[in-house]
Amino acid sequence: MKFSRFILANLFRKKIRLILTIGSFAVALFLFTFLAVVKSAFSRGTDLAGADRLVVINRAGLINTIPLAYRDKILRIKGVKYVTHNNWFGGVYQDEKNFFPQFVIDPENQRQVMTEMIVPDDQWNNFLKDRQGVVVGGNLAKRFGWKIGDRIPIKNALYGPTKTWEFNLDGIYKNDHPGGDESQFWLQWKYFDETIPAVIKDMAGWYVVKLDSPDDAVQVAAAIDNGFANSSTETKTETESAFQAGFAKQLGNIELLILTIGGVVFFTLLLVTGNTMAISVRERTGELAVLKAIGYPDRFVLFFVLSEALVIALIGGLIGLGLAVLAIPVVGAALNGLLPPLLLSASVLGLGLAFAVFVGVASGLLPGIGAMRLRVVDALRRV
Amino acid sequence: MIRVDGRSDTPSLIRVRGLNKTYRRGGEEIQVLQGLNLDVDQADFVAFMGPSGSGKTTLLNLLGGLDVPSAGSITVAGDEITHMSASKLTQWRARHVGFIFQMYNLIPVLTAFQNVELPLLLTKLSKSERRKHVETALGVVGLADRMNHYPRQLSGGQEQRVTIARAIVSDPTFLLCDEPTGDLDRKSADEIMALIEELVGKYRKTVLMVTHDPVVAARAHTTLHLEKGVLVEGERKGVLVGGAA
Repeated sequence: MKFSRFILANLFRKKIRLILTIGSFAVALFLFTFLAVVKSAFSRGTDLAGADRLVVINRAGLINTIPLAYRDKILRIKGVKYVTHNNWFGGVYQDEKNFFPQFVIDPENQRQVMTEMIVPDDQWNNFLKDRQGVVVGGNLAKRFGWKIGDRIPIKNALYGPTKTWEFNLDGIYKNDHPGGDESQFWLQWKYFDETIPAVIKDMAGWYVVKLDSPDDAVQVAAAIDNGFANSSTETKTETESAFQAGFAKQLGNIELLILTIGGVVFFTLLLVTGNTMAISVRERTGELAVLKAIGYPDRFVLFFVLSEALVIALIGGLIGLGLAVLAIPVVGAALNGLLPPLLLSASVLGLGLAFAVFVGVASGLLPGIGAMRLRVVDALRRV
Repeated sequence: MIRVDGRSDTPSLIRVRGLNKTYRRGGEEIQVLQGLNLDVDQADFVAFMGPSGSGKTTLLNLLGGLDVPSAGSITVAGDEITHMSASKLTQWRARHVGFIFQMYNLIPVLTAFQNVELPLLLTKLSKSERRKHVETALGVVGLADRMNHYPRQLSGGQEQRVTIARAIVSDPTFLLCDEPTGDLDRKSADEIMALIEELVGKYRKTVLMVTHDPVVAARAHTTLHLEKGVLVEGERKGVLVGGAA
């Protein structure tokens, strides 16, 4: 296009200012992308939660247990297809910083309820036969370099005196949902129940209920909670998605925090770029007046200013997104499982690019309108 | 033929009738131009002189369509510009007016060639056609060998030549020069004036120029004096051509 040379020449007239502005754009876009990825990591559990699953916990809180005897009662409720029970194991592998979720599972029903977590049949059969067997997520195995057949010692202090439990890695599950959780460690309910002190036997941490239809969720949840009302252990039943959201909220209002930081980044960037464009236009008042004098329409002047702002935004934005592509896997690995997997999706990259374009146009708009409205006679008098 | 009595019967290239310009400043009305008449033909070269605040630049701005009069009319080559909309006036300027400013006002990040090409980017000319026009214009001003130089690499006189090339590249109906030599030494000023004379004599361009310098004004065919917004006297190479209407 015939004006591109003119636009680029104007952009490069103050090289240091250009580099600094592009740099601030790049850093802001990197931060924006990183925050978007963290937010998506926290909400992924909620997004991917099965619509046809309910989670039943002790009304007094998740750390309180529920009798195993509830299982059959729940199974009898109309609309319930399968029930599985889990417990929190909470052991430590080598060092406390190597955190990952360890669940005691009910092997008989786990695969019927958690259908998205796929374990090859041969591995699953080995797991069923092995009291000390475990199945782990693909990401977790990759994180510690575990292979099928590996012996994994886990130290545990939650159930009786501190001791090291020995496990055999029998299976590795893959999550059917892209970006779904592959960080769990499943151990056999029987092995757990045999080993823990008698006073805490026959109690589950929570139940996961698979429904015939997601449409039944409200009635079934009410039926479960009503069924155990006024008992020694009342229940609280909610959809898996609501449960995940509530669980994430226990870490604090991550979404609000991220949106607040994102908002600050947005306005700071808008002010920095807007100020740069305003200074750039002010420095060129005479030149813009001459352009208008020799016949350039107002809309062209606006177009020039907006184009410059947009080019800065796109270059800075692409650099920032490029940095994010390179850095997010490294940061994710460095966090060592402290956060859910950080996945930079095409939609987040697209959102980042849209953010850059929006800030670019918005920052150029006011100076551009000012330049457009410039009266040639007044501007030339100032030169 | 330049006339300021408003009684010309024959159609002229630039025809000004009863031109008034009033500004409002702090509640006070300041009359900058008062009932000006002017007829300028093609290939006329007229200089406007007068003290500061006499309305010279205002007159030039009105003739160039950069400002609108409070009353009166300006007709250029049959087009009445005083009632044109702002966008129409912009188009009209691109087609009919070449501006030469005292401070050159070149774009510093563009080469001489690119500066001269600017008005042509608004036309439908192809790249090769634009190149041809720009090379011709730079050849006329004697800067064919400097076309790839940036303004900072040129002397003041050369910069003003580039401005002149930019003004003539689209072959406008007339040129408006606001103190074209005001920022130049005498030698460069002489060269610029010789170039403007050549544009009038050889290329039959019409030139209207504002200047404070009587030596520069003496190069024009006619010098008109403005005082408090009124054309008070005019000389055509020493001959009085009229007074305020």
